[in-house]
Amino acid sequence: MTSAGARLRVDPIACDGRGLCAEVLPELITLDDWGFPIVGDGEVPPGLVAAAGEAIRLCPLLALRLDRPRDRRAWTR
Amino acid sequence: MNTTGTRYREADGEPGLRVGRLPRLLPQRPGGGPASWAEHRARYGALPAPGDDERCRDRLIAEVGRSGLTGRGGASFPTARKLRAVAAGRDAPVVIANGTEGEPASAKDKVLLAREPHLVLDGAVLAAHLVGARQAFVVVHEAVREIVDRAAAERRQVHRDGIRLKIRTGADRFVGGEASALVNWVGNGIPLPTATPPRASEHGLHGRPTLVQNVETLAHLALIGRYGADWFRSLGTPAEPGSMLVTLIGEVHRPGVYEVGIGQPVGEILELAGGPAAPLGALLIGGYFGTWAGAEAAWPLPFSADGLSALGASPGAGLIAALPADSCGLAETARVARYLAGESAGQCGPCVFGLDAIAGALADLAGGRSFRPDLLRRWMGQVDGRGACHHPDGAVRLIRSALRVFGAEIDRHAQGWCCGSRPPGVLPVPPRRRP
Repeated sequence: MTSAGARLRVDPIACDGRGLCAEVLPELITLDDWGFPIVGDGEVPPGLVAAAGEAIRLCPLLALRLDRPRDRRAWTR
Repeated sequence: MNTTGTRYREADGEPGLRVGRLPRLLPQRPGGGPASWAEHRARYGALPAPGDDERCRDRLIAEVGRSGLTGRGGASFPTARKLRAVAAGRDAPVVIANGTEGEPASAKDKVLLAREPHLVLDGAVLAAHLVGARQAFVVVHEAVREIVDRAAAERRQVHRDGIRLKIRTGADRFVGGEASALVNWVGNGIPLPTATPPRASEHGLHGRPTLVQNVETLAHLALIGRYGADWFRSLGTPAEPGSMLVTLIGEVHRPGVYEVGIGQPVGEILELAGGPAAPLGALLIGGYFGTWAGAEAAWPLPFSADGLSALGASPGAGLIAALPADSCGLAETARVARYLAGESAGQCGPCVFGLDAIAGALADLAGGRSFRPDLLRRWMGQVDGRGACHHPDGAVRLIRSALRVFGAEIDRHAQGWCCGSRPPGVLPVPPRRRP
């Protein structure tokens, strides 16, 4: 399973703003004024793939995931 | 009766449905009231019934594609593409006609259902045939539920559609018309959006491919099925063909629902309602997720996505609200922003907290209590695009346009002045629901 071209996605309904993801991965995730994660839309650089996996595992609400290009459909924003 | 869709009945012989003529959807009838089945058939003729013939279905979908019909619920998505996506699904598909029209300012779907319920039911039936569905849910605003029930009952007695029509009342909230919320409402009785992807066209009601179409779109579909793409394209612009229903409210002489060719100049459309009843300051175009524009700037522009793009606006769900020059656009927008914040489904943090904060800041700005447009802009940037549905994006679009169009007013408010000499109320806002 390759992570090339993968992007981080938050499920905004599941997300409760616990903020662990921004602690683990401040390079790609910042928090808005109410503590909810703002995830960059760019591809996860190879050097941060491991940290991204850690952020995903740490999310107590399973609200964070990696979308690989083949998962993506034409209509995904 | 022609059922292929490639040849269409010559519509020129039909009274009221000539090529290039209006009205199409809203017949002028003495006495008002909904058109009966007999009146409906006399006016429009029979609906093609492609049945299970796949080649015939494909040809009709191709005809819809050629017609250029797009969704009339606000998003203007090409109808044929949705039909194809749902028809290609593996499980048995289902159709949901969206007549919920939760937006308080808009009335076009209710008026259409109240006057020509059978045309909408025709469209739901034809759409179901085209995607291979056996049943169609027709979800309508409670104000017209009885009319639609009666039409469906009348229809069952005199006609065989081959499709099971199930009428439902929409959830009484703004977000209930959003496609995933509508699927969730029909399937589970929960009027809340769900996370997308997957989209309803792939994985909708009970996991089936689901065609969610606005009721006006379906009415147009029923006419394209009868008269074909060329007939449909004889109104509108080459890029945005056909007619559309518009709701005109505010400072015009005869507020109401009118049918126009897409691309008709905005001023000409307002003249349908008798024109301005007082000097106008601005127009809200599209709906509560729409865009404010200066009345003078918008007046000569074609009412089409292309024509309005210069103002950052688009026809959306067909609303034009005329704001008189002596009303405060900031105060109007602040009221609607508070309403939209209250109508958040309450599921996504940025929408729940962000829209509430934005509505508060905008109310302070409008009320002259504080002057922090920078903070407002920061919060709007943090809310835009961050919900499961487009509710926060739509609210932000409206407020951004208000800050643009009423910029001079912001400065005046900062100095303790306001142009408004009457209380806000051009844009209707229902009473706040109990928490």
